Amino acid sequence: MKNHLLCALCATFVTAAGAGAQTVAITGGTVYPVSGAPIQNGTVLIRDGKIVAVGADVAVPANAQRVDATGKIVTPGLIDAATQLGLVEIGGEPTTRDANARGTDGVAASFRSWDGLNSESVFWTPARNEGVTSVVVAPGGGLIAGQASVVDLVNATAAQMIRRAPVAMVAQINNPRGAQTGARGELIGKLRTLLEDVKFYQAHRADYDRSAARSLTATRADLEAMIPVVEGRLPLAIDADRVDDIQGALRLAKEFNLKIIIVGGAEAWLAANDLAAAHVPVIAGAMNNIPNSFQTLNQRQENLGILSKAGVSVAIIGNNGDGDEELFNVRNVKYEAGNAVAYGMTHDAALRALTLTPAELFGVADHVGSLQVGRDANVVVWSGDPFEFSTRVEHVYIHGQEVMSPSRQDMLTQRYKTLPPKYETHP
Amino acid sequence: MRTTSLFLLCVVGVACAQTPAPSTAPSPSGNATAASASTAPRDSAGRPGMGALSLPNANPFPSTYVPFPSRTTLIRNATIMTAAGPTMQNASILLRDGKIVAVGTSVTAPADAVVIDGTGKYVTPGIIDVHSHLGLYAAPGGGGLNDGNEATNPNTSNVWAEHSVWPQDPQFPRILAGGVTTVQILPGSANLFGGRSAILKVVPSRTVQGMKFPGAKYGLKMACGENPKRVYASRGPSTRMGNVAGYRAAYIQAAEYRRKWDEWNANHKGAPPTRDLGQETLAEVLRGDVLVQMHCYRADEMAQMLDIAKEFGFKVRAFHHSVEAYKIADLLRENGTGAAMWADWGGFKEEAMDGIRANIALVDAAGVKAMIHSDDPSGAQRLNQEVAKAMYAGRAAGINVTEDMAIKWMTINPAWALDLDTRIGSLETGKDADVVLWSGDPFSVYSKAEKVWIDGAMLFNRDDPAQNWRTDFDLGFVNGGAR
Repeated sequence: MKNHLLCALCATFVTAAGAGAQTVAITGGTVYPVSGAPIQNGTVLIRDGKIVAVGADVAVPANAQRVDATGKIVTPGLIDAATQLGLVEIGGEPTTRDANARGTDGVAASFRSWDGLNSESVFWTPARNEGVTSVVVAPGGGLIAGQASVVDLVNATAAQMIRRAPVAMVAQINNPRGAQTGARGELIGKLRTLLEDVKFYQAHRADYDRSAARSLTATRADLEAMIPVVEGRLPLAIDADRVDDIQGALRLAKEFNLKIIIVGGAEAWLAANDLAAAHVPVIAGAMNNIPNSFQTLNQRQENLGILSKAGVSVAIIGNNGDGDEELFNVRNVKYEAGNAVAYGMTHDAALRALTLTPAELFGVADHVGSLQVGRDANVVVWSGDPFEFSTRVEHVYIHGQEVMSPSRQDMLTQRYKTLPPKYETHP
Repeated sequence: MRTTSLFLLCVVGVACAQTPAPSTAPSPSGNATAASASTAPRDSAGRPGMGALSLPNANPFPSTYVPFPSRTTLIRNATIMTAAGPTMQNASILLRDGKIVAVGTSVTAPADAVVIDGTGKYVTPGIIDVHSHLGLYAAPGGGGLNDGNEATNPNTSNVWAEHSVWPQDPQFPRILAGGVTTVQILPGSANLFGGRSAILKVVPSRTVQGMKFPGAKYGLKMACGENPKRVYASRGPSTRMGNVAGYRAAYIQAAEYRRKWDEWNANHKGAPPTRDLGQETLAEVLRGDVLVQMHCYRADEMAQMLDIAKEFGFKVRAFHHSVEAYKIADLLRENGTGAAMWADWGGFKEEAMDGIRANIALVDAAGVKAMIHSDDPSGAQRLNQEVAKAMYAGRAAGINVTEDMAIKWMTINPAWALDLDTRIGSLETGKDADVVLWSGDPFSVYSKAEKVWIDGAMLFNRDDPAQNWRTDFDLGFVNGGAR
C-alpha cells in the first residue's frame, strides 16, 4: 500500500520536475499581484522558478508553455501563517506528534520545531492542491513553545522545504497553568524574568560560562535562543486572546523593545487602535464568535475587519473552532478569508492577509507572497473567486513547477467511487 | 464598551438604518409555563404513541414548547429551495399560524400579511443538525459546564441528554443565526451506550422542556471504535472486540427485560418487574420507539453494527461521523440506514484517516439518506457552507450533485434521521413554518441567514440586532450586555 502511494506520487513529481525547467506564461487572467493593483488580461511569466514578468503587456517568448487563464483569477500562492502541518500527522497518535517540546519549566526557546518536520505527511498534498504554497509551522505548549519556520510546500526533503528558520519565537500568555505558573500575573512575571535573564546572560556570557554569574531561570540553550528576541530581531509570536492579555503584551513589548505578533487575538478588536499605534500585527481566524472560554468572551467574526480597517496588519489562519481537523484542512484557510469578507473585511485586505502580509511578518516577502519580478514563482490559477466554494484550483506552481498531484484522499475517492473497490489497482 | 460595540455592529455590514422589521422578538412569556402541549397520546391499546416511552412511565419530562407569537408572513420574489422539488425562481411562500400554507409562483398576500421582499435572496427550510452537544458542553466551558459524557460506565443507556442541557448556553442563539431550527443533542461518545438524545427547537426558554420538540422520538447514542476502548482501557472494553461484546451483552439483557415488561403490560399478572432505566431505553430501541444514532467512523465497524442490529431485531437509524460511509454505501442502502457526516473532517485520529470530501455525495449517489452534521458549535453555525464544500467536492469527483440534492443534506434528510420528515425539513404546505431567508445563494461563502422563523415566528432578524435572542449568560459577560 505504502509503496503504491509513494510510486504514484513519484511519477507525478518526476513529470512535474521536467516541466518546471521551461518557461511558463500564464495569460489572459485577472492577475492579483497583491503588491499592486489587479491587472485585467494580465500575464505572469515564469522562468527558472522565478517570476520574470507581470503585467498587461508582457511579451511571451515563443518557447514558453502557455497556460490560458482567460476568465480566471491568478494570485500568489496562499500562506497559512500558523499551523502544525508537518509536525503532527494524526493528532490522536502520540508517535506522530512533534509540536510540543517538554522544555524546562515551561521554557523551550531552543526547540527548533522544524528539526522534526515530516516531509512525507499526507496532508501537504491536499493543502498544496488547493492553493496553499507556504505555511508557517509553529510549535505549541508551555510559556515559550519554541521556534517557528516558514515551509514551502515543495515535494522535497524537509531541509529543502524550509524556506526560512527561525522566523519567530512562539509564546503563550493565555494559560498560566500551561506556562507552569498559577496566575496571569505570575505568568507575566515569569516572562519578564526570563527576558531580564536573557539580557543579563547576553551581557555576562563569559562570567556565565565560568560559573561566575548569578543563577538564571533558563538553560543556556534557551537563553541563547532568546537573544534575537530581546534584540528585537526575531518576532515573539504571543498567543493572547483576552484584551487585557493583549494590552499586557503591548506593554511588555514596549518595556523590552520587543517585536511582537499577537496570535489568536480573540478580543483584539477591542484594542484595535492600540495595536495599530504600536504597529503590532495580529494573526487570527475569522470564524470564531463563541464565548467559549472566559478569555474569549468577546470574540466576534468582525474581528479581522475591524482590525484591518484600524490599520493593523492581519494574517488569516485556519482555526475554525480550533478543531482537531486543522491539519487536514489547512486548505480551508481560503474559506476563512471568505468569511472574513462576509463580516466586514475588504476582499483585497483578505487576500493580502493570506499572502503578502504573512510573508512580511515572517521576513520572506522578498521571496513569496506577491507576484513581482524576482519573486519565487508560487502562483495559483483559480477558476473564479479564490474564497468561493464553487471555485476550483486549476494550476498551482511552486518555484515554477506545477505541483498538483493526487492526494491520498483523491486516491481513496477514486478507489471507492464504484463499489466493490478494486484493491489491485491504484490511481 | 457597550456603545462602542453597538456602533461597530452598525458599521460592519448590518443595515442599522433600515426600517426595523416587525418586532417578533422572542418573548419568554408563555412557552415555559404553558400547560403541557404534548402529553403523550395513546393508541387504542393504551400504548404510548409517537414520542412516548414505554410503560410504566411514558413521558416523565413532557415538552412544554409552544410556538412563539407569529404573524402571517409572505416572502415574495425569492429563490425558494424547497427540498421537496426543483428550486423555484421569483416565488413566494406564505406562513400562517405556524404552518406553511402556500409555496409557489402565484401566491398572493392576504390583507393582514407582513410582506417581505425576497428579491435576490434565497429561502430554504430551517436547517436540522442531528449531531450537536450544545447545552452539554455549553460555553464558556470549564468543569462546571462539562456535562456531555457520563464516562463512569461503558453502558449509560440510563442517562438522558436533556438532563444536562443548559438552556442558557450562548451557543443556542448563535446556531439559530446560522439558520438551524431543530437540533438533536447527543451525549458524548465515551461510552458504548451514551444515553438518550434530546430533540430541541432552537428557541429561548427557561427550561429544556420548553425547547423539546413535541412528539419527537428519542434517540439512543451509541459509539463504536476508539473512544470507548480508550476511555475504558483499564477496566474494559479495551479493544474493538470488547466493544462488540458489550453491545451484545446489553441487548441480550434488554431483550429479556422487554419480554418481561411486554408480558406484564399484556396481562398485569402479579407484581410488575423491577424498573431499570437503562434497560427501559434499550427495550424501546428493540420496540422501534427509540432511534439508534451511532457514532462510527470505520466501514468495517459499521458493517458489524448492522449485523448486531439484525441479531437483536433493531435498526440503526443513522451512523454519525461515518467518515468511511462511502466504502459501504451499498450496505447502508440495503439496511435502510442513513449516514450523517462532516464535509471534510479527518486525520485527527487513526479511525478518521480515510475521511474524504466526496463522502456525502458518494453516499447520496448510492441511494442512502445522506446528511451533514456538525458535532461542533462553530460548524453548526455554517452548515450551509459545509454542504457547499461537500457538494462541490462531489462534482469534482464526477458525481452530478445538484443544489436541489445538496439542500436535502441539511434539511429533509436529517429530518428523516429524526423521523420528523412529515413535519419539518421541507417547504411544503402543512409543514411547520421553520424557514430561513438567506442574503444570497446559501452555498456562497458570503451569504448569511438574514431571518429565521420557527413555527412561523421570526426568532432571528439580522437587521434588528437589539431584538435578537441573548441568553442570560450573554448579559454582562459578553459585549453588548450591561457591565
